[in-house]
Amino acid sequence: MIKELSHLIVVTGHYGSGKTNLSVNLAMDLRAQGEKVVVVDLDIVNPYFRTADFVELFGSQGIEVINPEFANTNLDLPVVNPKIYSAFNQPDSYVIFDVGGDDDGAIALGQYAHLFSQHAYSMLYVVNRYRHVDPDVEEAVGLLRRIEASSRLKVTGIINNSHLSEETGPETVLESIRYAKEISSLSGVPLLGTAVKEDVAQALSGQVEHLYPVKRYVKTLWEK
Amino acid sequence: MAEKVLMKGNEAIAEAAIRAGCRHFFGYPITPQTEISAYLSKKMPKIGGTFLQAESEVAAINMVLGAASCGVRAMTSSSSPGISLKTEGISYIAGSDVPCVVVNVQRGGPGLGSIQPAQSDYWQATKALGHGDFHVLVYAPSSVQEMVDYVYEAFDKAEQYRMPAMILSDGVLGQMMEPVEFTDPVIHPHDKSWATTGHENKRAHNVVNSLYLTPQELEDLVHQRFERYKIVEKNEPKAEEYLTEDADIVLVAYGATARIAKAAVNQAREIGIKAGLIRPITLWPFPKASFEKAAEHAKKFLCVEMSMGQMVEDVTLAIHSSKPVAFFGRTGGVIPAPSEVFEAIKKHTGGAE
Repeated sequence: MIKELSHLIVVTGHYGSGKTNLSVNLAMDLRAQGEKVVVVDLDIVNPYFRTADFVELFGSQGIEVINPEFANTNLDLPVVNPKIYSAFNQPDSYVIFDVGGDDDGAIALGQYAHLFSQHAYSMLYVVNRYRHVDPDVEEAVGLLRRIEASSRLKVTGIINNSHLSEETGPETVLESIRYAKEISSLSGVPLLGTAVKEDVAQALSGQVEHLYPVKRYVKTLWEK
Repeated sequence: MAEKVLMKGNEAIAEAAIRAGCRHFFGYPITPQTEISAYLSKKMPKIGGTFLQAESEVAAINMVLGAASCGVRAMTSSSSPGISLKTEGISYIAGSDVPCVVVNVQRGGPGLGSIQPAQSDYWQATKALGHGDFHVLVYAPSSVQEMVDYVYEAFDKAEQYRMPAMILSDGVLGQMMEPVEFTDPVIHPHDKSWATTGHENKRAHNVVNSLYLTPQELEDLVHQRFERYKIVEKNEPKAEEYLTEDADIVLVAYGATARIAKAAVNQAREIGIKAGLIRPITLWPFPKASFEKAAEHAKKFLCVEMSMGQMVEDVTLAIHSSKPVAFFGRTGGVIPAPSEVFEAIKKHTGGAE
């Protein structure tokens, strides 16, 4: 899956669908393959649980981070970092944009639409079936379209990130495949991969197409 | 069995309120409770409910008073500074003997404070959520699942005792995601003959009011209310006791901090320190019985809070000052790490045996 991605990777999706954890995994994996990686925290909607939380981890791996200037302070200001423009001039690096949730979060992305249009980009739409009390395929596609509208960019791939945190088992993943495939066929956007935490991914090997094993970097305080 | 869903604590509160039959929500935006309002603003119109963003917190709580007076399940939510604004209305609601649910997703204080998690509204919630002689039921969930369970219970008990109930949450619980299961709430049919639902010329007017012109009338009413509080104090205290039976040191923590304290207790047990934990689930009524029992053998209590130690006095009173009550905490939006709590346990027990 990761090999098919362009150098500009945009991670969007429903609020709380797991965009940040996916972004961190992509960054770490690309870096482990020897690539230069820049992570842009473009979430100006939610002041908590963001890629800016991983500055130390990224620093230790030589991954560059561009954060909103006031991330993790008491200033809840929707201001993007002007350094983001530099990310479009690094053709030898992978640049991962971790975008805020829903179409509200994607608004911040729109101002860069003219820059993205000059390059090849992969825009991922992350879905987690278990984030919804009544999972609704049409609603999921509706949100995908609204994100495209507010960002003025096109989603190029769907990532099925369906999980129940620590309670995720193989059946949790298997039961989510149909949901992800239906979103894919209704939207006409290919299902690029299914992100599954490593231990469960092992149990599922051979059963799920385009399995992408991930680590859980976003953790609770009592697990750290 | 209902299917599990991955939710933020705030979202779970909102969904649980809907399932508990709440169709009237009045709020005013504030971090870190935003997802409650955001969720209900999307869901309420779809199910014929009312989501109303008022012009202020003061307006929102008075709308809750109005709706609750009609006998419907009404809720508001806010975070610390917003709750301070609501206290006038909460006092009116308590003085009017109408049920409602108020959610406080606490952040650092005083003043505008910080947007990070805190538990520094304990005194406000348990002692003085407004002026006058009254109490509110205070539930302190410690997981996203408990957000659901105690929202159900808060609506039910508020109606049973005709008093406001508070969910005292914090920025950690509100923002964190965990799997939850929505069982069907048990909705007991409580007497609502007091509600202002239209008398249709068939009965006398119902009046919902908190103003009394003769002091004797007011004193009698307050006495009646306190008779009811005695029943609440007898029937409703709840606590989780974890490894307390043989504990030398008993930690006391509620909400998100209880999860951190539990991790530290486990760490202490691993090196042979007999540590335990009492986790109050109701903060008012305070679960005194659990403390009396633990005080029979414990050498020391250690309160762990995201405040300057606001619960210490309640613990001291619950054990009749029979044992020392120490404190470890962080405040202002700083969250204690399990390792810090573990160090505090070692310090107060003199290390491993």
